[in-house]
Amino acid sequence: MSDLNALETETLAAIAAANDEAALENVRLAALGKKGSISALLATLGKMSPDERKTEGAKINVLKDTVSDALTARRTILKEAALEARLASETVDVTLPVREAPVETGRIHPISQVMDELTAIFADMGFSIAEGPDVEEDDINFTKLNFPEGHPAREMHDTFFFNPKEDGTRKLLRTHTSPVQVRTMLNGKPPIRVICPGRTYRCDSDQTHTPMFHQVEGLVIDKSANLGHLKWILEEFCKAFFEVPNVKMRFRPSFFPFTEPSMEVDIQCKRSGGEIRFGEGEDWLEILGCGMVHPNVLRNCGIDPDEYQGFAWGMGIDRIAMLKYGMPDLRPFFEGDLRWLSHYGFRPLDLPSLAGGLSA
Amino acid sequence: MKFTLSWLKDHLETEASLNEIVETLTRIGLEVEHVVDPADTLKNFVVGHVLDAQRHPDADRLRVCMVDIGAGAPVQVVCGAPNARTGLKTVFASPGTYIPAKKFTIAKGVIRGVESLGMLCSAAELELSEDHDGIIELAETATAGQRYVDFAGLGDPVIEINLTPNRADATGVHGIARDLAAAGLGRLKDHPIKPVAGAFACPVSVKLDFAAGDEHLAPAFALRLVRGVKNGPSPAWLQKRLTSIGLRPINALVDITNYLTFDRGRPLHVFDAKKVAGALVVRRAKSGEEIVALDGKTYKLDPSIITIADDKGVESIAGIMGGEASGCDEHTTDVLIESALWDPLTIARAGRALGIVSDARYRFERGVDPAFCVPGAELATHLVQEICGGEASELLVAGSPNVPARTIDFPWTEVQRLAGLDLDSSHMAGILEKLGFDVLRQATNANRVFVKVPSWRADVEGKSDLVEEIVRIAGLDAIISTPLRRESADIPAPILTLLQKRTRLARRALAAQGLVEAVTWSFISKERAELFGGGAKELALANPIAADLSDMRPSLLPGLLAAAQRNADRGIADLALFEVGQIFKGDKPEDQKMAASAVRRGTARATGAGRHWSGAARPVDVFDAKTDVMALLATLGVATGGLQVVAGGPSFLHPGRSGTLQFGPKGVIGWFGEFHPRVLEALDVNGPLCGFEITLDAIPAPKAKPTKVKPKLDLSDLMPLERDFAFIVEASVQAGDILKAALAADRALITDANVFDVYQGTGIPEGKKSVAISVTLQPREKTLTDAEIEAVMQKIVAEVTKKTGATLRG
Repeated sequence: MSDLNALETETLAAIAAANDEAALENVRLAALGKKGSISALLATLGKMSPDERKTEGAKINVLKDTVSDALTARRTILKEAALEARLASETVDVTLPVREAPVETGRIHPISQVMDELTAIFADMGFSIAEGPDVEEDDINFTKLNFPEGHPAREMHDTFFFNPKEDGTRKLLRTHTSPVQVRTMLNGKPPIRVICPGRTYRCDSDQTHTPMFHQVEGLVIDKSANLGHLKWILEEFCKAFFEVPNVKMRFRPSFFPFTEPSMEVDIQCKRSGGEIRFGEGEDWLEILGCGMVHPNVLRNCGIDPDEYQGFAWGMGIDRIAMLKYGMPDLRPFFEGDLRWLSHYGFRPLDLPSLAGGLSA
Repeated sequence: MKFTLSWLKDHLETEASLNEIVETLTRIGLEVEHVVDPADTLKNFVVGHVLDAQRHPDADRLRVCMVDIGAGAPVQVVCGAPNARTGLKTVFASPGTYIPAKKFTIAKGVIRGVESLGMLCSAAELELSEDHDGIIELAETATAGQRYVDFAGLGDPVIEINLTPNRADATGVHGIARDLAAAGLGRLKDHPIKPVAGAFACPVSVKLDFAAGDEHLAPAFALRLVRGVKNGPSPAWLQKRLTSIGLRPINALVDITNYLTFDRGRPLHVFDAKKVAGALVVRRAKSGEEIVALDGKTYKLDPSIITIADDKGVESIAGIMGGEASGCDEHTTDVLIESALWDPLTIARAGRALGIVSDARYRFERGVDPAFCVPGAELATHLVQEICGGEASELLVAGSPNVPARTIDFPWTEVQRLAGLDLDSSHMAGILEKLGFDVLRQATNANRVFVKVPSWRADVEGKSDLVEEIVRIAGLDAIISTPLRRESADIPAPILTLLQKRTRLARRALAAQGLVEAVTWSFISKERAELFGGGAKELALANPIAADLSDMRPSLLPGLLAAAQRNADRGIADLALFEVGQIFKGDKPEDQKMAASAVRRGTARATGAGRHWSGAARPVDVFDAKTDVMALLATLGVATGGLQVVAGGPSFLHPGRSGTLQFGPKGVIGWFGEFHPRVLEALDVNGPLCGFEITLDAIPAPKAKPTKVKPKLDLSDLMPLERDFAFIVEASVQAGDILKAALAADRALITDANVFDVYQGTGIPEGKKSVAISVTLQPREKTLTDAEIEAVMQKIVAEVTKKTGATLRG
């Protein structure tokens, strides 16, 4: 009896002393292995009388169970400790900076972003996007648009020309996107609803002008479009584009060769500290020119001005981008300065939509 | 166009306030740019009476003045003006007054130890003139403490309007008054002009000397001599009119012409008759002729410029500026008054060519009222006789003022049709009549009228012009904003073209690769254009704004490379830029293409740039460019099955480190690679650089499909297996060919092949390389037996060997 007690004490002590799973396995083998001490005791049972076997057997089995449980318990502890140790050894400094993902560094230029915004708004109003060449014919850029011969805009002082050809004609860099209207009317039939965004050029370079800039024009030709519709479109556009619930606009009579009546449009705003807010304030800011398409222009494009009518408007894309997003100067738009582009540019997946809002 | 409120009231009987007038002007299309009300800016300046002026104890040039300012005790002012003396009445500003010219508010001060409680002012400090030689000297009648503006009668606000080029009629105050009267702001005052009966025939004859077909250059020329005039300073009212709008009074005769230029939009010229030799001839200038004009400058003339000449030569540049030699001065006793008509276009061109901006040119290039040519001469004569006396000759008129008689057949409904504005026809007729149009009822049709256009409105040509006249006066605010519904109530169909979609998507794809979008000039220098295949004659500007912006760009790459270099010069060595924009292959519309390009510099790779604890980025190379371009094509959904990558590219790329992307030899869509060192040197650009350019127009359109259904997904339950091969090939053999051969070995079983190692060096014979590939086999119906796998592997080795001369590495 005392043998069993001694064995139990000794084995449990060995289990407790085992510091890793290998040592514990050795203890298990010494006790419960084929040649283990408890296995040896169990082997003695066969030689005992049935009664003796009954009492001794029970005792030995109790001992075996006690040792097994102790082994399991100890193994669990050792396993936990080993895992803890491994985890501790695997710890890293998570404050180390990671490399930026490409979507973090990539940028969309404000002009492209604004063009996408314009597309979202006008597509919803049923407009298509019309485009035309930058290298344009004098006839389409000026004559068909009712610019009289000798108009100052037709001088080398204002317009970039290419060298005259043998037949005397000379091409030019379009000075506005209006020639796209002409091409649209010449190549299509009313009803017409297009916007024409694009690159335009004038011999002008100072603080607020660059020889290259961007414009967007709109054109509607049908049998009933009038100034009331034009007013509505411009009001809706300004609200949608500047993302304000309402805007106050002022229409002033003005003059352009290609529209009659012609108007300039001011938008009410509040200026403070270099920031402009629309839909409030006391200041007026000129934002675009517009009017009913001049009957001469319609006629020049093969449309009968007594049967069809329509209106057009135009504004600077760079300018409305500056007004909305607060760039103070125009020149940096075209300088490719990474610092400017990263700051004023848009994230790759900032996709303007009417459903989700134009800007993030 | 500038005028003052009181000047306007010479022509407009009105009770309207300045504010109402200003707002109405802008509302009817005469946009007010500035309103300066001296009564407001100078309201705090008062008359000061210098009771005593003593030398400053510590400064010879300063005076210590005791100044009576009307109220309280005299104040002490230290003044540096030489004319600050006892008894002088001048203009005083107390501390807290804003001094316009100095842009500061004066404060109490101590000047060299003496307290100064205000300032005595010069005319320049008040922005009244250039005179800053001393403080203003006022007449004895001035009362100390009185507001200076009241004493000087300066309370006449100056209005400046920004005139659109069509409104020649509003270059005179009278025309502006007519518009305001039509807008309901008062009554236009009529000033009938009676002809002056001449006492004798005009002794100077006029010849309009033009070749046939040129008569329109000078349709009419009216001339009259007034002899025995006394010229000198013009009367105060006239001087004040001119100075109030910034003109310098010269002498009475000249001032009268300037006055009528602004009062009636009728420029005139006066010659000193004694300085004119013989008859006046109106003709084109001869090449090389010169004139010293009234501005003192010498101008070289040519036959495109019209002149008025006498026996001595050119005396005046028609419609632009007179000559100094025959100008009027205080000795003039006999004056020739000219009132002429000129061809607007000729005046505009001559003015631009000569670089002369004058009030006469401003009006003649817009087109003055032809019917006022003769009345203008008569009005000038009246003023000359009134101010300078003298005896007038008969008026000589060469040519004739061709007053066009234009009548427009106008349906009243046109206003509703174009403007959406529903107005009563009597209202509309009233507007037109007040503007000087004659409205004649049509007997047969109550809804139509004949509208006769007045002589001063050459800009009104048709129905839409009349709509504008009615609408601008009735007020654009009256137009009610009306929704423009879409043509159809259906869900809108897509509107973007394939190229428009690709252009938009290309930008997002490249930005998502970590590239930053730049927008660079469409024109570059000729040298740069030539390096990139451009520089053709038809794409060179005749008048570039700068030498380095002279030719249309054949590629986006030179602009991007230059931008990259500018950033590098600022210390940003690692950067990745892209642009999606137009390039020019010729001057026809179809020669303009939409390109997408990118440039990476330094170590700016898509996976990160520069040094990093996780490992430094290596410099960019051809494969970074290839990664970008393949990402772009994948985003655009381009089917790359038929896409070939051919070694080499255009001359601006490194011949051994560039590739051409094409769908067959005639279907080149672009290039990628590192740049040719010679090109970089020519561009003055350096650093590890790579880039690509794709012409979006050149990418084939996707095949039209009847449905949007994607191909059926064919999944196998069987495990795919991978086998590796290492081949030894000639160094010149392309990996692409090895992969192509491997894939071709069994198109049913082999689903993928990739290169996982390329090696040259120890163990590999000179001039050869080892290319290791892994091939994926996908069993379809049953697991492959070892024998079957072995057979496929043999086929792969055989195919690669056959196509590339490879041997399996032992």
